[in-house]
Amino acid sequence: MKRINKRLGSCLSALLAVALTAGCGSGGGSGASPSSSEGAAQPFKGKKITFYVANHPWAETIKELLPEFEAQTGLKVEIQGFAEDQLSQKLSVQLTTKASDPDVFMTRPLQEGRQFYKNGWYEPLDGYVEKDKAEIDFEDFSKSALDTTTVDGKLLSIPIISEQEVLYYRKDLLEKANLQVPKTLDELEAAIQKVHDPDNGVYGFVARGQTAVLVTQVSSFVFSEGGDFMQGDKATVNTPEAVKGFSRYGRWLKDYGPPGVLNFSWPQAMGVFAQGKAAFYTDASAIYKNAVDPEKSTVAENVGFASFPAGSAGAKPYSITSWALGMNAQSDNKDAVWAFIKWATGKEVMLKTQQGGNPGVRNSVWNDPEGVKGFPAELVEVIRESSKVGVGHDRPLVVNVGEARDIIGEIVIQAILGEDVQAAPDKANQAFQALIDGEK
Amino acid sequence: MLASWMEKRFKWIVTLPALLFVLVMMAFPIAYTLRLSFFEWSMSAASPPKWVGLDNYIALFKDGRFWHALGATAYFSFGALAAETVLGVAIALLLHREFRGRGLAKTIFLLPMVATPVAMGLVWVLIYEPTNGIFNALLQAIGLKPLHWLGSIGQVIPSLMVIDIWQWTPMVCLIVMAGLTTLPQEPYESADVDGASRRQKLWYITLPLLRPTILTAVMLRLIDVIKTFDIIYATTQGGPGTASETLNIYGYVLAFQYFKLGLASSLLVVFFLLVMGLTLALIVVRRNTEVSS
Repeated sequence: MKRINKRLGSCLSALLAVALTAGCGSGGGSGASPSSSEGAAQPFKGKKITFYVANHPWAETIKELLPEFEAQTGLKVEIQGFAEDQLSQKLSVQLTTKASDPDVFMTRPLQEGRQFYKNGWYEPLDGYVEKDKAEIDFEDFSKSALDTTTVDGKLLSIPIISEQEVLYYRKDLLEKANLQVPKTLDELEAAIQKVHDPDNGVYGFVARGQTAVLVTQVSSFVFSEGGDFMQGDKATVNTPEAVKGFSRYGRWLKDYGPPGVLNFSWPQAMGVFAQGKAAFYTDASAIYKNAVDPEKSTVAENVGFASFPAGSAGAKPYSITSWALGMNAQSDNKDAVWAFIKWATGKEVMLKTQQGGNPGVRNSVWNDPEGVKGFPAELVEVIRESSKVGVGHDRPLVVNVGEARDIIGEIVIQAILGEDVQAAPDKANQAFQALIDGEK
Repeated sequence: MLASWMEKRFKWIVTLPALLFVLVMMAFPIAYTLRLSFFEWSMSAASPPKWVGLDNYIALFKDGRFWHALGATAYFSFGALAAETVLGVAIALLLHREFRGRGLAKTIFLLPMVATPVAMGLVWVLIYEPTNGIFNALLQAIGLKPLHWLGSIGQVIPSLMVIDIWQWTPMVCLIVMAGLTTLPQEPYESADVDGASRRQKLWYITLPLLRPTILTAVMLRLIDVIKTFDIIYATTQGGPGTASETLNIYGYVLAFQYFKLGLASSLLVVFFLLVMGLTLALIVVRRNTEVSS
């Protein structure tokens, strides 16, 4: 027994020694081993960059594809994952201290873009794009997606994931009630009323109800009535159009929503829908998998998708870049980072991430049958339609988005609680105007 | 030479690491927060902190949300603390008696305390879920009306208290049980001679003797419960609206969502003074009871 152990030990240490020398070889860049035939083509051999990602399915696909990129370029990409909010917070701390890592990070352009830009944390990418315009086929990126990541005419990040507000509905319930798929918000309201049957465990409508997180989803309601959060430097959340949108959303949740909706973010709202307890649900397209995956949804087979219904100003769902890749202005390896961004947002990789269920931002991928085969056919139509008519933002375009969302969300909270419909918007408008003025 | 030098300063040398740790990890952050509370800063590298004197404090005291958060903190903390103390002492008395399976009962009862608060918060979100959650299913099974729990402005803080009570009553209990084992036997013997009833023994002997222990437990819990962040952040993030927004949550929101580092620091300074004041008050109370007993 002892002898065997000894042998095993020496075997292991021999292995270890081999592994170590191999590691030294590739690290030092001197002793190129014969097996690495692509050695000559590795422009970033021995370099390392750090990449902060959100815990998001997109990052999962990238992780799987990464070894290929690393073999081609010799660049080592170290990935660190965080939950969404923790990512923003961690980034703020790292970038404030002018740390050179992460070199590259996932970023939410509408949520933190202006803040990061104001603080000088993003490396503007216009120059890099200009240099490689043809190689990356920049024209292929969706226009509204690029709008989202551009501030003051500067391109601050490269879009990776797009998102639209869509209407999720239950085919079986509509059939039973003999209803057509609603095309306008008024039709939708009538349909909600008709299928609302809480005694049998079916609520007419569900959506987000937490103060800040609902703001993005109520935005399409406001846009479709012809309103917006602001016009230029003027707060406009108490205009009749905006109020119509806010109060409709709030009224639906109050009268036809499940109990406890005030504490709903999308996981709770989607949970209610996926458990078959709501007939209609408006939220982002990006989370559709939770509704159609039989493992997560008891109504997977009966889920339908429709474009966001038209209000008095037509159908105006948001259509935005929810995630993009940003480069740290303090990075020591900007060329390597750019090579990585080019790869991760290139046609080939975006085709694969989109096949992994992450709606991308390249038109060519959306027009490629390969690119849409992972999606329900109905949803593909809805997404194509929405990105044509969509609005490029889903929250106010200010630096301090967090505070603005809390101010605006409060209007809907008051509507859900059934408070005075005009007092809350007026108060919010005043607070929001003060915030805008404070940023100038 | 060196040996005698060391000998002379031995007490300083051995405490030095601890002293350094306290300075670097505690005194420095507090001093830095205090300094930052007189500045306006949004974490921007482009625009450095700007001196604004007492403006942050003035803004804070004029801010309705601050006062609301103070109220929510007090409501949550004292509600949870009172229940934890009463329950903790009661359960400790119960577990102190001999019965079969006592060890097992003790172990099971202490489990909530060692669970990770954030993970438990997420579990409680599911338990409280108004449509699919188990609490409402139970309520309906026994013919009661379902509640909104965390989704209601009125019920959210009591619901959060329940989580805190579930998690931290064991700690009070643990301290009190330790106290119980150190109680002297003589008073009970003389009480038996005098023919005291069990209730009289509990009321006139056990509880008074336990008072310093209970106060210690209360003090430790008070400091902790006032600072509660993880459970609230994991379940409601201060919602619905701002209904469960305590001082700690509001401080976090100000700093990391609104990027108002100065204002957040001033809030934390006020909070720090508050916790310190309460702790000092409790220490005084405790000292007085010790003297009288």
